[in-house]
Amino acid sequence: MTEHRLRTPVEKEEILRMDAGDVVYISGTMVTARDEAHIRMIEYLERGEELPFRVEDVVIYHCGPIIVEENGRYRAISAGPTTSARMNPLTPEVLEKVDRMVMVGKGGMNEDVVRALKNKGVYLAYTGGAGALAAQAIKEVQGVYWEDLGMPEAVWVFEVEDFGPCIVGIDARGNSLYREVEKTVEENFKLILSQP
Amino acid sequence: MVTRDDVIETVVILFKKAHTELPDDVINGLRKAYEREDGVAKSILKALLDNIDASRTLKVPMCQDTGIPIVFIELGRDLCINFDLKDAIIEGVKRATKEVPLRPNAVHPITRKNPGTNVGLHIPQIDIDLVEGDRMKITVMPKGAGSENVSSLKMLLPSEVSKIERFIIEAVKNARGKPCPPIIVGVGIGSTFDGSAKLAKKALLRNIDSMNEFELNVLEKINSLGIGPSGLGGKTTALAVLAEMGYCHTASLPVAVNIQCWANRRASAVLR
Repeated sequence: MTEHRLRTPVEKEEILRMDAGDVVYISGTMVTARDEAHIRMIEYLERGEELPFRVEDVVIYHCGPIIVEENGRYRAISAGPTTSARMNPLTPEVLEKVDRMVMVGKGGMNEDVVRALKNKGVYLAYTGGAGALAAQAIKEVQGVYWEDLGMPEAVWVFEVEDFGPCIVGIDARGNSLYREVEKTVEENFKLILSQP
Repeated sequence: MVTRDDVIETVVILFKKAHTELPDDVINGLRKAYEREDGVAKSILKALLDNIDASRTLKVPMCQDTGIPIVFIELGRDLCINFDLKDAIIEGVKRATKEVPLRPNAVHPITRKNPGTNVGLHIPQIDIDLVEGDRMKITVMPKGAGSENVSSLKMLLPSEVSKIERFIIEAVKNARGKPCPPIIVGVGIGSTFDGSAKLAKKALLRNIDSMNEFELNVLEKINSLGIGPSGLGGKTTALAVLAEMGYCHTASLPVAVNIQCWANRRASAVLR
């Protein structure tokens, strides 16, 4: 189990060096995107229009934060990950159009995403529900795009320092911790049913 | 005498409390899980316990998903109130959204427009029960979507009593890491289609140390699935199974499984 210190913009070689199960701490720019932001991203990419942020240069964070405005500045007070599986049908479409991508979320993603991430990107898991802890690593809210989507669905730009620990849940070689756990869980379920 | 302002103020205080102070029984459950786990599972539970401390110290919501607002009222039949109780609760939720602050989560189901207040058609969800006495008990339960989305309900046949346990375990198995395990499993057995869901939700208000033999047995089986904290494997998938029962039609057997993330947020106060 290797520990990685990831700084944005992330190079392809760094992505390819990560193995499922490794620990990662992120510094640099993280950009939040949930269901609605993914839908809009795809609309932009399909029209060939430039996004207001470069997916390749940042870390995409499945997160709908709580943001407060103090003296004209935004601050994230609680900002843990949201359930990534909701983005399962949307993520491969985004991946098709970009060179590389690092995602952070919780709960894992499906085999379509595992395939789409091959030689392109990784999926990192942050502890589900740890919103207050995550917010402490967010040093600054640099801005917001698509605010019309509402606070949870808007695209927030965070400057983070040592955001982690994140666990590499899916690497760029097709390994998925979630597939491993799923296999074990299915076997255990059969075992439970066979007991009187 | 209970006034409209008392209700508004109490609703605000209770939401603040629920979001920043996890009940002791749940914290103890997470601590015990931390003791018995190792590896990745242990490090995730460590992050959760650190998160709970940070939330309490900094007075910020422990999870950014501050949920959909649910308010349970137990209204003593000897208590006279001369104001619109539902309206006072709605006002309390609006104020809590600004003051805690809460993430504005309530949106129109089709247009997905967000009014930014956590108030809308049938939201906050208010459940009023008439009880003996001259007091009013207010309980708030903010419910996150990650766990609500993997909840499940099935109309079993009266001949399928032996399948209840399987249905509960299967619901947890299918949810895997999505609801932020370790989870608390609320179960409603009997009643009607909607009644079983309400029983399952009310079960989540119980202390997690109050499990009976049936509940402990199902919990043991759930924890042998191996989903673990955050769904990355481990011995602790659930902290508790809590089941409530209600009489049902002789021709039916509804079973509802309402899944709750580790952030089993609930807070109560009594007004008189």
